[in-house]
Amino acid sequence: MLLDVRDLRVEFRTRDGVARAVDGVGFAVDAGETLAVLGESGSGKSVTAQAVMGILDTPPARITGGRILFQGRDLLTLKGEERRRIRGTGMAMIFQDALSALNPVMTVGDQLGEMFVVHRGMSRKGARARAVELMERVRIPAAAQRVRDYPHQFSGGMRQRIMIAMALALEPALVIADEPTTALDVTVQAQVMDLLAELQREYRMGLILITHDLGVVADVADRIAVMYAGRIVESAPVHDIYKAPAHPYTRGLLDSIPRLDQKGRQLYAIQGLPPNLTHIPPGCSFHPRCPLARDVCRTDEPPLYAVDEDRGSACHFWRECLHDRDH
Amino acid sequence: MGRYVARRLLQMVPVFVGATLLIFLMVNVMGDPVAGLCGEQGCDPATAAQLRRELGLDKPLWQQYLTYMGNVFTGDFGTAFNGQPVTELMATAFPVTVRLTVVAVLLEIAVGITLGVVTGLRRGRPVDTGVLLATLVVISVPTFVTGLLLQLLLGIRWQWIKPSVRSGTFDELIVPGLVLASVSLAYVTRLTRTSIAENKRSDYVRTAVAKGLPRRRIITRHLLRNSLIPVVTFIGTDIGALMGGAIVTERIFNIHGVGYQLYQGILRQNTQTVVGFVTVLVLVFLVANLLVDLLYAVLDPRIRYA
Amino acid sequence: MHEQPYEPERAIAGTGMGGAMDLAASEATTLEGRPSAASGGRAPGGPAGKPRSLWSDAWRDLLRNPVFLLSALVIVFLVLISLWPSAIASGSPLTCDLAKAQDGPGPGAPFGYDGQGCNVYTRTVYGARTSVTVGLCATLGVALLGSVLGGLAGYFGGVWDAVLSRITDIVFAIPVVLGGLVLLSVVTSTTVWPVIGFMVLLGWPQISRIARGSVITVKQHDYVQAARALGASDTRILLRHIAPNAVAPVIVVATIALGTYIALEATLSYLGVGLKPPSVSWGIDISAASPYIRNAPHALLWPSGALAVTVLAFIMLGDAVRDALDPKLR
Repeated sequence: MLLDVRDLRVEFRTRDGVARAVDGVGFAVDAGETLAVLGESGSGKSVTAQAVMGILDTPPARITGGRILFQGRDLLTLKGEERRRIRGTGMAMIFQDALSALNPVMTVGDQLGEMFVVHRGMSRKGARARAVELMERVRIPAAAQRVRDYPHQFSGGMRQRIMIAMALALEPALVIADEPTTALDVTVQAQVMDLLAELQREYRMGLILITHDLGVVADVADRIAVMYAGRIVESAPVHDIYKAPAHPYTRGLLDSIPRLDQKGRQLYAIQGLPPNLTHIPPGCSFHPRCPLARDVCRTDEPPLYAVDEDRGSACHFWRECLHDRDH
Repeated sequence: MGRYVARRLLQMVPVFVGATLLIFLMVNVMGDPVAGLCGEQGCDPATAAQLRRELGLDKPLWQQYLTYMGNVFTGDFGTAFNGQPVTELMATAFPVTVRLTVVAVLLEIAVGITLGVVTGLRRGRPVDTGVLLATLVVISVPTFVTGLLLQLLLGIRWQWIKPSVRSGTFDELIVPGLVLASVSLAYVTRLTRTSIAENKRSDYVRTAVAKGLPRRRIITRHLLRNSLIPVVTFIGTDIGALMGGAIVTERIFNIHGVGYQLYQGILRQNTQTVVGFVTVLVLVFLVANLLVDLLYAVLDPRIRYA
Repeated sequence: MHEQPYEPERAIAGTGMGGAMDLAASEATTLEGRPSAASGGRAPGGPAGKPRSLWSDAWRDLLRNPVFLLSALVIVFLVLISLWPSAIASGSPLTCDLAKAQDGPGPGAPFGYDGQGCNVYTRTVYGARTSVTVGLCATLGVALLGSVLGGLAGYFGGVWDAVLSRITDIVFAIPVVLGGLVLLSVVTSTTVWPVIGFMVLLGWPQISRIARGSVITVKQHDYVQAARALGASDTRILLRHIAPNAVAPVIVVATIALGTYIALEATLSYLGVGLKPPSVSWGIDISAASPYIRNAPHALLWPSGALAVTVLAFIMLGDAVRDALDPKLR
């Protein structure tokens, strides 16, 4: 197993109390596999990703428990320096907004080349040549000239390609992409996503794709983990989920996508708002918004029930959810 | 770029004319320049009238201003109270003040930026709170009080320095330079601190961390370069400001620089000295501002001048 | 955000005010934006339901801020002793006894005597009145003149705006202390008014720039556009919609400027062109004490200390107010 996260817990200390942003999350990613982590903003998906990368701001965040096994080593027990060496070489991250995620006063060539200078001890000149290669790799036209340009001189799609090139520079075993296409135009989104998927296949990387966009997930993901209020509420292979979700929240998400074959029908919307992380409801955290909620949901926190051998759902009534196609 | 510079230079003209005209008017309102020339006893009316004619003081003010500016552009700044050409006074005064300013700017860079970086990286810790309080105190205590106190302590009590400057060499100017720089220094510290603290949370620094760069490299290559842009521009504009503001410091430490000559010129009601020095100071100020604007484009590639 | 929307160096040491004032202006304009942020949606973590305004929110923050409380306390004390100095100091600041010149502390004179044998304690207490008067009047004048001129320029734009900008540039190019030396050296009046007048004359562009900037930002907001679409008059839009939302940055800068005006008065008096005896001013006392710095440092230290504490109090007050009004720092 490439990455195995077990019972990860992250807390934030805020003015209004302790927010449990990640509350016992576990998942695994294999080489060449794509895991999509799905959830609304505030569900803890980005915090999970940052905890795995080791780039959480501590404080205010604090990792209070769990293990992050990467290629067999528990990252949480490593020293800062060992951890740093893994970043960029073993695992890399693609951020959402490339314009702010790239250094505005450094040429893209220097920012790409920096990976080779720091981790591979290459000369500036050699690094520059590799930077051009990388830019060609992600199909940026006239790479040899544009290597001297600054991020703001590129279009959004091209910038995101540079972001991808930077993450893949040292061919890491694992790439985490945090909403990689959200900031882009719809037409460009598909191109960037295809490029990412293609490069992933080529390098046989593990990919964690963090998104709130179910449309993106269907095409590229192998597995899906749905997060809600800091927990994974459903985890399953991608077709199983699309065929029959085993958690009312997942079902709500799927039903709220507009579909051509259901034209004219009213679009479903999950009622209510996601909970405040400092005051997560007792029992199942989704119960105030759940159409299936009963008394037990208000008191007992559901474990991740094994629906199948590679499928889990944190709903007391997952069977009902699974079989009741039209609620 | 060339066109931008040309446009900026053109914009400087009205400001230059306005500022010098304003000072010219103020100085003429200030008193009778002829009375200043004759010293304590005063002139007899005939001599005064003759002097007036010779100096062109019987003409209307605007004509005097034009004549004066015309002379200035040919390098003639007029005559000081002791009969010396003003340019000669400048030749002795400006080097001293420039040295003083250089010391002040170097201190701003070395001390101000260092303190700002240290506190910005440790925001909220005791070091940060301490330095922040200290900067507030430095900002609040007027320069002349800081100067007198340092003179009292270092010059008189502990005798580490000479309480007044004789030759105006660099080593003599360290403490006066510190006094001159003090408020700006505190300001640079605070500006650097906020800039660093703000950029530290930025996305591109997070990216640099995710790239696995060593902390040192993240700070020097990514954080500092971005954070120092506003600081460098502040220090740049401050150069003109420091030179014009040296009056108080030069008076305390008895430095015979620009401020001293200006002060003497005002006391002795010598129009030409005052207007001449102020003209140069205004020019320095304007040119410094222009250079800062151009520097900004070098530091921040996002800025492009059309 | 930049920390300080004010330019002490420029006000005190006397210099042009160009580029750094842009910093001040740019940070001051960020104060705006808060009203819409606070009025939109629920106040996170706050008591449910009740919407909080910018001002009540800032006020609650201030009451919890020890820096604010301390500086406010000092300022209240200063105002009280400027109104009734005789309550804590006996005798007149002008009765001096040369026989006691440079003496140390004695009965009725806890701070000792200065070079002319004047009671340093009494003079220091009475000096507060000058500083507070100059500071308050100059700030009031600068704030009024600056916001009216700057606000109108920002709102109407056009030729008037261009002219005002050029005038501002010109005033910024003249070093303040230098201007003071030149203008005030002919004044023979011993009142505070020439000094205040000079400060207003050279100080208003600082406020007008900020007022102009914040009016321009507020002007573009939807609620102003909506009011205009509904046919509100310019006067009404300016007074009812723009002024309340553009005033925060002006208040912050003015509060801090108050401290710097007090320092400027002392600096000018120290140079001999500010207030003139028989006026009582800390600047005059510090200047008079500096030749005796070896033998009677107490005559220098007490007024200096009083001056420093006063300026510090106003600057810290302004600092605290800015923090309370600036949403970005929360």
